Amino acid sequence: MAVTTGIRTSATSAAVQRALTGQSRPVGEWIFQGLLFLSLLVALGMLAWLLSDVFIRSMPVWEQRGVVSFVTSNLSSDPEKAGIAQGLFGSVMLMVIVIVLIIPIGVAAAIYLEEYATDNWLTRFLNTTVRNLAGVPAVVYGLLGLGVFVAVMRNFTNSPLNLLVGGLTLSLVVLPIVIITAAEALRSVPRSIREAGFGVGATKWEVVRSHVLPYAAPGIFTGIILTIARAIGETAPLLLVGAAVAGFGQAASAGVVDKILGPYTALPTTIFSWARLPQSEFRALTAAAIVVLLVVVLLINAIAIILRNRYERRW
Amino acid sequence: MNEGGDPVTLESPVLLEPETKASPSIRVTTAAASAATPAEGPPVFELKKFSAYYGSFRAIKDMDMVIQPNRITALIGPSGSGKSTVLRWLNRMNDLVPGAHMGGEVLYHGVNLFDKRVDAVEVRRRIGMVFQKPNPFPKSIYDNVAFGPRVAGYKGKMNELVEESLRRAAIWDEVKDKLKSPGTALSGGQQQRLCIARAIAVQPDVILMDEPCSALDPVATLKIEQLMFELKQNYTIVIVTHNMQQAARASDETMFMTMGEDRAGYMVEIGSTSEIFTNPKRQLTEDYVSGRFG
Repeated sequence: MAVTTGIRTSATSAAVQRALTGQSRPVGEWIFQGLLFLSLLVALGMLAWLLSDVFIRSMPVWEQRGVVSFVTSNLSSDPEKAGIAQGLFGSVMLMVIVIVLIIPIGVAAAIYLEEYATDNWLTRFLNTTVRNLAGVPAVVYGLLGLGVFVAVMRNFTNSPLNLLVGGLTLSLVVLPIVIITAAEALRSVPRSIREAGFGVGATKWEVVRSHVLPYAAPGIFTGIILTIARAIGETAPLLLVGAAVAGFGQAASAGVVDKILGPYTALPTTIFSWARLPQSEFRALTAAAIVVLLVVVLLINAIAIILRNRYERRW
Repeated sequence: MNEGGDPVTLESPVLLEPETKASPSIRVTTAAASAATPAEGPPVFELKKFSAYYGSFRAIKDMDMVIQPNRITALIGPSGSGKSTVLRWLNRMNDLVPGAHMGGEVLYHGVNLFDKRVDAVEVRRRIGMVFQKPNPFPKSIYDNVAFGPRVAGYKGKMNELVEESLRRAAIWDEVKDKLKSPGTALSGGQQQRLCIARAIAVQPDVILMDEPCSALDPVATLKIEQLMFELKQNYTIVIVTHNMQQAARASDETMFMTMGEDRAGYMVEIGSTSEIFTNPKRQLTEDYVSGRFG
């Protein structure tokens, strides 16, 4: 520093040249930068290793069976015939149930918290609770689903471990996350827009419905899609509320309602059950099912990213 | 356009001590003081012992003042003196600010705005607002203007109302061919005139303007000022401004506020603009308008 001060008092072109170009960056900075880059490499390297390992293990399935056969076959104890059709169907139906449940409830709860609730101890308590619930392990929600939904369902049907209960349980798992992301999207709509609405004599509901909600919608939907990507991979709660982990029989003629209220499985639970089987052929099947699940999750995430980039609004 | 500068014989400006209440005799003085505008009825706003708070902080203390119809009243004063706060209480916009509360009375055409039976939504329909930063909705120009009338249940022909509002806001010629394009795509000055059109469209009685030109260049500012001059035939305008030249050239009445030791804003003086700028009653006002402080 002292040197620079000295130069500044007699700023000749040569002195400025020396001061601006003469110094090399300290070694510590290079080392620090290298460490940061190394951390990134470790994280990505592990991921790449896992992915390639799974993909290589799954190769026999693609080569011998082909994608279509694997994806359209039902569960079977015969590795030559086993496929993930029921798992895919179960996962898709679960997501439909989750979407139908969490969009209205999650968005409504977020609107209440952000737009209507006055800032008092109850609101702060509710906000904190929602945040804490988002951090509760999913298996706990599985127990809750078992204790509440399964018990209630027992009164209405002979197979209480059905898709509807699975969907309700998964909805509980992701609802706090949906509320938080939706609330953040609503909060990002600037107050000036709300004031503009109120300034021309709109009621709170009119401002929310005509302005705040539409402008926050891209953010809300991005959050919901990312949440779906998380829900589709959840295994533990589904195991507790009875997604079948072994082959199950169901008449081919069963309608959608029967399927929703009957036994089911999902992709993650299929993977879980196959991974436990002793036959070595099932290792390739397990890897193949994992690849399918990864592709589905990546596709959902890609949709979320595309939507966000297209509709994101800068204020 | 500088009406305050017209050679009109002026009597003394209204000088309200914080402890005096606005009395009818003072109002008469005001009427006589501004013969430039048509004879007037009772005041639009009357503040009595008005105080405003944010939480426990008192932002404004014991303010008494009267705002006359069909005039442009400018609120001037240093930052933090509570000009915007006063304005935002006049149409209960501050209802929406957590922790904001007030004391005293604000009478609007003799009705206490803070009476429990008064509906804040109806208040804002009659008392429109234009904000410091142009804040058009990210919707079409048409929808920006039509939103207010729609929520008010306007039964007439919407196209005509939109055109009329845009014309009166002096922006029709610039946007008539692109009513479907987003209001946010306009320039800053155009956006602000669109916001004025949006405020006019609900056919208010008063338009409050919170530093409407602070984000605009001088040309756009001039347009807004001309517009205010046109609008005061039909509306009462209250404008907060940091720009003393603007207050001097574009307002009829000027109120000067400053803040005390406790940082609470209070009104120093209100009077006709020419009096405030050329012959103020208070030394504080003179120091401020002559640029010696603030």
